[in-house]
This record gives sequence, structure tokens and C-alpha cells, in this order.
Amino acid sequence: MEVPILKQGEVLIATFQAALSDADLNLLRMGLVQQVVKFRSRAVIVDVTAMDVMDSFASRTLREIAHMIRLRGAETVIVGIQPEVAFAMVQLGLTLEGVATALDLEEGLAYLIQKFKNID
Amino acid sequence: MRAGEIRAAINSDQDIVTARQKGRALAIELGFSTGDGTLIATAISELARNIVSYARRGEITLKIVHASNRQGISIIASDSGPGIRDIHQAMRDGFSTSGSLGLGLPGVRRLMDEFEIASEPGRGTVVTVKKWKL
Repeated sequence: MEVPILKQGEVLIATFQAALSDADLNLLRMGLVQQVVKFRSRAVIVDVTAMDVMDSFASRTLREIAHMIRLRGAETVIVGIQPEVAFAMVQLGLTLEGVATALDLEEGLAYLIQKFKNID
Repeated sequence: MRAGEIRAAINSDQDIVTARQKGRALAIELGFSTGDGTLIATAISELARNIVSYARRGEITLKIVHASNRQGISIIASDSGPGIRDIHQAMRDGFSTSGSLGLGLPGVRRLMDEFEIASEPGRGTVVTVKKWKL
């Protein structure tokens, strides 16, 4: 399953679908990092609103994506973790430590704009 | 109400997705809340992932279970893989032999109401978990 990656100025927006397999997540990790390099993006927003399950593999992949992108000098924001998904993640002991999160796409963009303002 | 059980063969990462979708569908059909459906689907995802990571192939069986005046769902994850040498160690947070997070089994136990594990080195592993409807 292909994950659409949208380019919005200096920000890339990746929208996750509900039924991503491990292979899909691995492809996405590579694809996102490559696109950050290609477009010299300053930030990536990963929208997981449609994801109905965030298991250990998915959350580890998200953390890895954020860390790789940070090594490129760009920022990652995970947006749209659903309340019941958040509950399941906490029960499983999964954290996204060191990764910025926001309520939704709008909040994620607002967070980045504020951040860029402080840097520029 | 549907009877019997649902079986899902687990041979690949795509099968993990299929199994958890079947589990959620059954949970919703039984009248579980969407929140519980998510917990059940997440538990299936972790159990199926253990099968793929450690045993390569196995099976997830979903059953409707009854006790006195309540109904629940039972998930049986079975494989004929290498088995677990030290179950107590495997049930501790942070233990892993496959380079994963090692949160699988204790996490699954927290997601569900009942948890049982039987494993024999060289023979395989069977994990049975249950969630009861409130």
C-alpha cells in the first residue's frame, strides 16, 4: 500500500492509511528520508489519524523516522493519534519519546511555523 | 450470533494486518466498544508479530467464549517454532531475543483480561488471551 507524501513548501506531509504492513512501514521510512534530502525539507508531518492500530513495530518505525530526519537537520511531528490508539499504546508500554506530537494536521503545522519563526 | 471460530494463518507481515482486522471485526460484531476493539486488534498484532519474528509461521484462532452471564473473545496464537526457554524472563518488560522492543508479551497481558502461555523449547508456543465484554 502506497503512502501519499505531499510537499507543502518546506514541509512534507505523509498520510498513513489504516492497514499498513511492516513492509509498507519500512518502505515509507526510506521514502520519507529520501524525499527530505531531495526537497531539502525542514520538517515532516506524519498524519496517523487513519491508523487504527499502533503496535510495537509501527511505533518503533515512527521513532526511527523521526530520529533519521533529525540527523538530516529537519523536524518531525506525528499528528492525529486517536484516543483509543493512545490508550492501547500506553498499556503496551510504547512511547514516542523525543518525538513531537500534535492533535491534528492544523496544530502540527502551527507548531512548525512557530518553530521556524524562532529559528529564522 | 455466529458460532465456531475464525482462523487466520500467519506466514507474513501482511497476515498480521489481516488477523487484526478479523479480530476487530469480530469484537465489534460481539458488541465490544471501539476502544476495546482497538485493544484486541493491537494484542493480535503483537501476538502475530511474535509468530512471524520467532517461528516464521503459525496461526491465530479467534473464539467467542462465555462465562456465567458474560461474553468475551478468546485469541489463541500458536506456532511450532523454537519455543521460549525462560517464560518468566520473557514476561518481563524489556526482554527480547529478536532485537525487537521486547515489550510484546507483558504488554499484551496488560491489554487483555486473561493471559496464559504454554511453551516448550523446540516444540512451539501457545498464547491464549481473553477479553470480556463489560
